[in-house]
Amino acid sequence: MFSYYLKLGALSIRRNPILSALMVAAIAVGIGACMTIVNIDYIMSGNPIPHRSDVLYHVQLDNWDPYNAATEPDLPPRQVTYRDGTALLAAQKARRQVLSYKTWRVVQPDDPDQLPFQVQSRSTSADFFPMFDTPFLYGSGWDKAADDNEEHVVVLTREINEQLFGGEDSVGRTLMMNSDPYRITGVLDEWQPTPKFYDINNNSFGQVEEVYFPFSVSISKELRSNGNTNCWKPMTESGWEAFKNSECIWMQFWAELHGEQEKQDYHAFLDAYVESQKELGRFPRPLNNRLNNVMEWMEVEGVVDDDVQVLLGLALLFLIVCLLNTIGLLLAKVMRRSGDISLRRALGASRRAIFSQYIVEAGQIGLAGGLFGVATTWLGLQGIKMLYGEFEAVGRLITMDWVMIFAAICLAIVSALGAALYPTWRACGIHPASQLKTL
Amino acid sequence: MMLSMQNLSKIYRTESVETHALREFSLSVDEGEFVSVSGPSGSGKTTFLNIAGLLEDFTGGVYQLDGQDVTSLGDSERSRLRNQKIGFIFQSFNLIPELDIYDNVDVPLRYRGFAAAERKRRIEHVIDIVGLASRKKHLPSQLSGGQQQRVAIARALAGEPRFLLADEPTGNLDSEMADSVMELLEKINQNGTTIIMVTHEPNLACRAQRNIYVKDGRLDSAEPKLHLAASG
Repeated sequence: MFSYYLKLGALSIRRNPILSALMVAAIAVGIGACMTIVNIDYIMSGNPIPHRSDVLYHVQLDNWDPYNAATEPDLPPRQVTYRDGTALLAAQKARRQVLSYKTWRVVQPDDPDQLPFQVQSRSTSADFFPMFDTPFLYGSGWDKAADDNEEHVVVLTREINEQLFGGEDSVGRTLMMNSDPYRITGVLDEWQPTPKFYDINNNSFGQVEEVYFPFSVSISKELRSNGNTNCWKPMTESGWEAFKNSECIWMQFWAELHGEQEKQDYHAFLDAYVESQKELGRFPRPLNNRLNNVMEWMEVEGVVDDDVQVLLGLALLFLIVCLLNTIGLLLAKVMRRSGDISLRRALGASRRAIFSQYIVEAGQIGLAGGLFGVATTWLGLQGIKMLYGEFEAVGRLITMDWVMIFAAICLAIVSALGAALYPTWRACGIHPASQLKTL
Repeated sequence: MMLSMQNLSKIYRTESVETHALREFSLSVDEGEFVSVSGPSGSGKTTFLNIAGLLEDFTGGVYQLDGQDVTSLGDSERSRLRNQKIGFIFQSFNLIPELDIYDNVDVPLRYRGFAAAERKRRIEHVIDIVGLASRKKHLPSQLSGGQQQRVAIARALAGEPRFLLADEPTGNLDSEMADSVMELLEKINQNGTTIIMVTHEPNLACRAQRNIYVKDGRLDSAEPKLHLAASG
């Protein structure tokens, strides 16, 4: 019977093209408005590294002002100091650990026709690549020995490799940065975790850095962070050494921990470390160390802006208004077809059969509304892109994957079925004899 | 006994008005009979027909259709009985305008749950009986009134019902077409199908085996056809 109901639905839609088009339009507009915001929320709140997000932990130590929390209510600072970061890195208490910060370098191309240009870069330790499972087009990252020996090695993104080497395998070749030669060990393939979980202090939805080189090298070259640096007490002396020994936070520390036991052990290690620092006169606040896995960290930091949640609520309300209109239109359609319903009931259709017929028709309208809804969602996203196109991060939110397309169509069908319940119930209530004389 | 009604009543109630459409209505129709029902407008003919066809509930009394008491049947069971045992022919044909002839005849068979091959066999057979085999892909709007009523008869016959209810089947037809439809109904009756036909026209009523007269919701007479013809 399903195919029969599909046929009847198609005939009914053709019989009432304007009414049907209005219903499809109401659903499409509602779905478009709703899914535009849902899509942005989905991209913003997605898991950037789903297969490892539960073993990667962001580390926070509370070295902050004894009288004012770094972030209310009583949250430790988002980043760590050089002293603490390097101490945790040296301890090697986790399976893997990475200390990194954002900086910048000037690349000097071999090609004399190309001018030197500035690149966003990340100074990091060797575990960055295996921990964050970065995909490599050529080669790999570097090893711990390269960190320890302050080797001038570098990993490039695919784009920079194309710009400098025409996309060829450049592993083993030399890249000049700030007049220093670096040996290329690897070229990343396409990689853009969204949100950029490993450093959400410096634009959660920003582009990944273009060049990666050892943390030990950047420290020896006294390279400061190109990202956020916060201090709660003034430095008593100036200069690089004073900065390194200050309570300023500017680095991100991540640990790879498998299972609750490893997490507890690492937490105990952090507590012991802080206690030892307290004896040196640091860490004036009560113990307040935090370990958050990737999704917990996104939640704590409120990566998805509250405005998006408000917009989402408004978009859902708009969808409801559109569905109320659809209910009215469906009701009008059903009442216009009361003669047909009455006749079918007389010829043997049960209430259930009439219900099925009109629900299937509503599903068809929902499907059409969903397909047009995908188009209106795309238009909505393009509208946002036009309005906020100058912000690089927004561009990354203006995408629609198959999950969202499927979700839009499903939401449209479910919405249409929901909207059809009352009109269909009314249809089922039409008496078999009520309209036969007036047909 | 195809139809047996004992002291049937039907009351329509609104907040302020109570209308007795049928009062103590008793009637029996044997299998294979052709009964005509006549009476003035508002006398209860259509209410009787609707109740007989399980299209409406009744307020009191007992109704047995083909030996089955239908008083307490639920919606799905009544729908099934309508579909399997009863064929309907309406004054205004009641064809579905966007469906072609074939698909119109197909409607009750769909609800019967027949396989496609069986439906096709039955549809082609009844369309052939009513003489519209060459028009099966036509829409109702492309047919004359007489042809549309023939399609309605084909639709009623497709389920091979034992009981045919016709509500002024010739009311919208000219005399020539009306005669042709009546001949068809007589032929169907001769093949064993019980028919109850509501009509205002005495000359058509006379062609039934029995005529009953309904007045003020009551059965006024149940006279044999020959007596009616003689008195008319």
